[in-house]
Amino acid sequence: MTRYLRLSGLEPFVLTPDIPFVNVGERTNVTGSAKFRKLIVNRDYAAALEVARDQVENGAQIIDVNMDEGLIDSRAAMVEFLNLVASEPDIARVPVMIDSSRWEVIEAGLQCVQGKSVVNSISLKEGEEEFRHHARLCLAYGAAVVVMAFDEAGQADTFARKTEICARAYAILVDEIGFPPEDIIFDPNIFAVATGIEEHDNYGVDFIEATRWIRENLPHAHVSGGVSNLSFSFRGNEPVREAMHAVFLYHAIQAGMDMGIVNAGQLAVYDQIDPELREACEDVVLNRRSEGTERLLEIAERFRGGAREEKVRDLAWRDWPVEKRLEHALVNGITEFVEADTEEARQTAARPLDVIEGPLMAGMNVVGDLFGAGKMFLPQVVKSARVMKQAVAVLLPYMEEEKRLNGGAGRQTAGKVLMATVKGDVHDIGKNIVGVVLACNNYEIIDLGVMVPPQKILQIAREEEVDIIGLSGLITPSLDEMVHLASEMQREGFDIPLLIGGATTSKVHTAVKIAPCYTRGQAVHVHDASRAVGVAGALLSPAQQDDYTAGIRAEYAQVAERHARSEYAKQRLGYAAACANALKLDWGAYTPTAPQFTGARVIDDWDLADIARYIDWTPFFQTWEFKGVYPRILEDPQQGAAVRALFADAQAMLERIIAERWFTPRAVVGFWPANAVGDDIQLYRDAQRADVLATFHTLRQQVPKRNARPNLALADFVAPTGADHIGGFVVTAGPEEAEIAERFDRANDNYSSIMVKALADRFAEAMAEALHERVRRDFWGYAPDEAFTPEELIAEPYDGIRPAPGYPAQPDHTEKQTLFRLLDAEAATGVTLTESMAMWPGSSVSGLYIGHPEAYYFGVARVERDQVESYAARKGMDVAEVERWLAPVLNYTPGKHGTRRAA
Amino acid sequence: MTRHFTLPAAETRLRKLARQRILMMDGAMGTMIQALGMGEADYAGQGCGCGHHSDQPQKGNNDLLNLTQPQAIEEIHFDFAMAGADIVETNTFSSTSIAQADYGLEGAVHDLNAEGARIARRACDRATAIDGRERFVAGALGPTNRTASLSPDVNDPGFRAVSFDDLRIAYGQQIRGLIGGGVDLILIETIFDTLNAKAAIFAAFEVFGETGTPLPLMISGTITDASGRTLSGQTPTAFWHSVMHARPLTVGLNCALGASAMRPHLAELAGVADTLTCAYPNAGLPNEFGAYDEGPEDTADQIADFAREGLVNVVGGCCGTTPDHIRAIADAVVDHPPRTLP
Repeated sequence: MTRYLRLSGLEPFVLTPDIPFVNVGERTNVTGSAKFRKLIVNRDYAAALEVARDQVENGAQIIDVNMDEGLIDSRAAMVEFLNLVASEPDIARVPVMIDSSRWEVIEAGLQCVQGKSVVNSISLKEGEEEFRHHARLCLAYGAAVVVMAFDEAGQADTFARKTEICARAYAILVDEIGFPPEDIIFDPNIFAVATGIEEHDNYGVDFIEATRWIRENLPHAHVSGGVSNLSFSFRGNEPVREAMHAVFLYHAIQAGMDMGIVNAGQLAVYDQIDPELREACEDVVLNRRSEGTERLLEIAERFRGGAREEKVRDLAWRDWPVEKRLEHALVNGITEFVEADTEEARQTAARPLDVIEGPLMAGMNVVGDLFGAGKMFLPQVVKSARVMKQAVAVLLPYMEEEKRLNGGAGRQTAGKVLMATVKGDVHDIGKNIVGVVLACNNYEIIDLGVMVPPQKILQIAREEEVDIIGLSGLITPSLDEMVHLASEMQREGFDIPLLIGGATTSKVHTAVKIAPCYTRGQAVHVHDASRAVGVAGALLSPAQQDDYTAGIRAEYAQVAERHARSEYAKQRLGYAAACANALKLDWGAYTPTAPQFTGARVIDDWDLADIARYIDWTPFFQTWEFKGVYPRILEDPQQGAAVRALFADAQAMLERIIAERWFTPRAVVGFWPANAVGDDIQLYRDAQRADVLATFHTLRQQVPKRNARPNLALADFVAPTGADHIGGFVVTAGPEEAEIAERFDRANDNYSSIMVKALADRFAEAMAEALHERVRRDFWGYAPDEAFTPEELIAEPYDGIRPAPGYPAQPDHTEKQTLFRLLDAEAATGVTLTESMAMWPGSSVSGLYIGHPEAYYFGVARVERDQVESYAARKGMDVAEVERWLAPVLNYTPGKHGTRRAA
Repeated sequence: MTRHFTLPAAETRLRKLARQRILMMDGAMGTMIQALGMGEADYAGQGCGCGHHSDQPQKGNNDLLNLTQPQAIEEIHFDFAMAGADIVETNTFSSTSIAQADYGLEGAVHDLNAEGARIARRACDRATAIDGRERFVAGALGPTNRTASLSPDVNDPGFRAVSFDDLRIAYGQQIRGLIGGGVDLILIETIFDTLNAKAAIFAAFEVFGETGTPLPLMISGTITDASGRTLSGQTPTAFWHSVMHARPLTVGLNCALGASAMRPHLAELAGVADTLTCAYPNAGLPNEFGAYDEGPEDTADQIADFAREGLVNVVGGCCGTTPDHIRAIADAVVDHPPRTLP
């Protein structure tokens, strides 16, 4: 049998000569992915599994799992994650590379995988005895190994050292221990070149030549490496890095490198690299000339970010016929000439309406098709919509005139859609995007804006004879509003489709709670904007609607049934038992720091440019329905170009926001003496702690725990006695965003309108991050020497947390009232609370500060009736009202007693 | 815990034999015991002096019969050996502390295995004395009743009822007992979770490291559903990749849904495994009373097909197969050459 590297997950993997290069997925590596690190630090294993799933779905043949992170128990995290992966057949089908610098973590991982995995890595660093021991264990567990070219003297840098160490390791493994040579993967160390240090110039050649030597002299062994190190000195210049990686891999693969951790986004196609750049890269990688580094540095600037998109503006399309020009402008989102072109088209058309129904709709159809095929991305579609709107604006006066003269027929649309963010909710970015996407597909949109009362929605729906109602909401109380609106539609005899969307909505909630209230018509959950067109089209098409609706009904019946079954199976601990399993911190060993002040203080010395440094861009891209982590998303092979264009637009607007002071950020922060009393946190008027100022009520997890993990409540992180404090804050980017967005809308520029809202959201989140840092270093001062960069802060490496009411650690939004009262937040910041406890303006963030170094974020998840009764009594609120606010997290159906007993 | 390069003596002899003909394993110990119709008193063996007793009912604890009814077990082994088996499995499928915990007999594990090995050895020696043909005793390791890579709780997929180390320790204890009783091979069988099997392989390497004498390994998985995967979700090839580091004498399949359902999976394994293959299916599917109706000729015909297609080096029977089945299978495969390794 031929000696191939044979691995397995649930399915086999064989590295045959047909596979020139195995790209190892690295997104489940905490040292390689900030997003994954954050998920693991926050113990969000569900989302971490999604990262792994995405990676496998995107074609990773092996996934590298690395949990080497100072803040977490790497061994426990490795075990937990691999055990969870084992339960997900679509992830577990590929082999795992168990990656750690600590042997105990690797060994714990090896004990969790039934397949044949790869250990990454072992080496001669600690001497031959250790190396033999680890190699023998790999053999006994049945794993292939990555062997680093590392020995007692250090990492191998030159050809001589690399080959000498690999040869020595090979002899021990194969001749002494009997390790199968095909199961050995050497990593001869890729180091940075073009650093300006002469000794580094030959590192690329050393690796490539060592690779060739290994493949020729050490039979059956493989060669791997982490490529991104190579271009380290060109950080920030992604096009040059891409080119260097492509050139390097081109030569290394020819020399025999057959595996590697390569960011697929950081790979240009060798043949498509600009010849001048390619030659300069080749000079450096292959060390072909002494001044290679200088030459690459010289030309590098010219190829820096964006160069490839902009190139020279090609205006050849301006010579095309007007219909083609309009189509080109729509597809490429170019507004520059659209008014003139539209006017030109109108003059040759019989009626102004013909321009819309002719060339403009033809162009939008192209856009719709490209979007449907995944060849255009959301921001590009929104830009197309902007072009369309501006074209229609040119035609509108002529159409009005025509109508006045002969009462001519209006435009034929695909349907009329009423869109609204429900009562009590202020969030509308997603809704606006859906509206734009539908408009692009020839739907007429009636957008009622935010905080729309149900009676207004129904009244306008009736007056305008709309075909579909679309509801949006972001905070949990909005779910109940949607249920209410569905019941009202039923009562008033509506039968048109009801679309449900927004961050807290879900197919399960729609199927279980909304659809059953509205049986005359059909409620449908729309997962994201890209699905909206398909759903609306199917619901309104006479040919499809019956089948489609029947399909949705059957699916929702199944979802509801499955949900009921899984709910029934979900055991919860009794509240008393959960309390007994509270986290018991060693308060004797903890000396809390006293804050610099108590009471509330307004912070108004904000510098927009400074805030901008704290922006976490990943969620910004999510808003535009791009999945991926910043900055790597910029280099994504499929979406990269669209992402970079969006990012460039965002940066341009950001500059204007800062330079023209578009926002007026406000914040208030406060600290109070506090102690935990049971599951509540009592705040005191002064240091005597006799006079209770206010009480924060917290909720405790009731899910049964194992491995001695506690059932947490936020109160567990606050000292029951002694001099502890807690803090609170409200920040807002200011009320201007709404006004600015409206101004853009009036100018038919929904792209900029959505952009400014998305940026305002990011500003508010960035302020929360920046303020938290000041709190830790200065205002509370428990970490005066903390020094993280804004990029590092994204992973929340610091001590203390800032949980927000209404979010997983405390799902009760009404606790915001206490916080706002304590801070007098409305007067201090202008932020108000709606009846659903949403903050207005929408770009606002609030939360508590908890300083204990062991505090972390968690989800309360479902709670039982016994806790709700206790909580209501403590809070002085009716049980029924508490149940209304906590509806999404109740583990029982309110009003029904004794259906399920807590264990 | 490293495998030595010198092949163990038994392995050398077995490989030589396997080049000449298809080797025979035995049939179903459980089926034969059931036929004896023994009751609680027979199982528990009051007053038998074996020194291992528990307050819990023992009926159904077949392995305990090694201590309480050794003669009956020896006769069964002997009947299979005379029916044509070259390899006789010890009656120790459940003789781990994990599986015996159900009967409160964790303390008896060493004796169950050592005695189980001695009984099989005696039966084989008796048969060899009669016809001069060598028999090999394979110490049988079952999968235990727990899974190391699956959670028994659907709501807690990260949970495991047994750890790799629990299994490693329990299997190590079992293997020491079997070697003490004189087995020639170690057979890891009816593998539904490959991670359990990997723990058994690891334990075997550890024990061989202690004794200095490695024994050949036989590894046999079971594919119980139509998807063609093990209970833990692996395809036959993935399963082979997971256990190939054991460098086993044989890899194969047993139990499950009978010979015809096993054929495609066996064919896949035979195409990828660079070692001997082994197949010992059930006598078809159980009837509504849990008994097996498939007659010796039926089973033998299907296994003869395996041989005709060149898929097997070792064959035998699992649940429902009697000495008559083994005799019929041996007759049916005798004219077919053994599979050649890819």
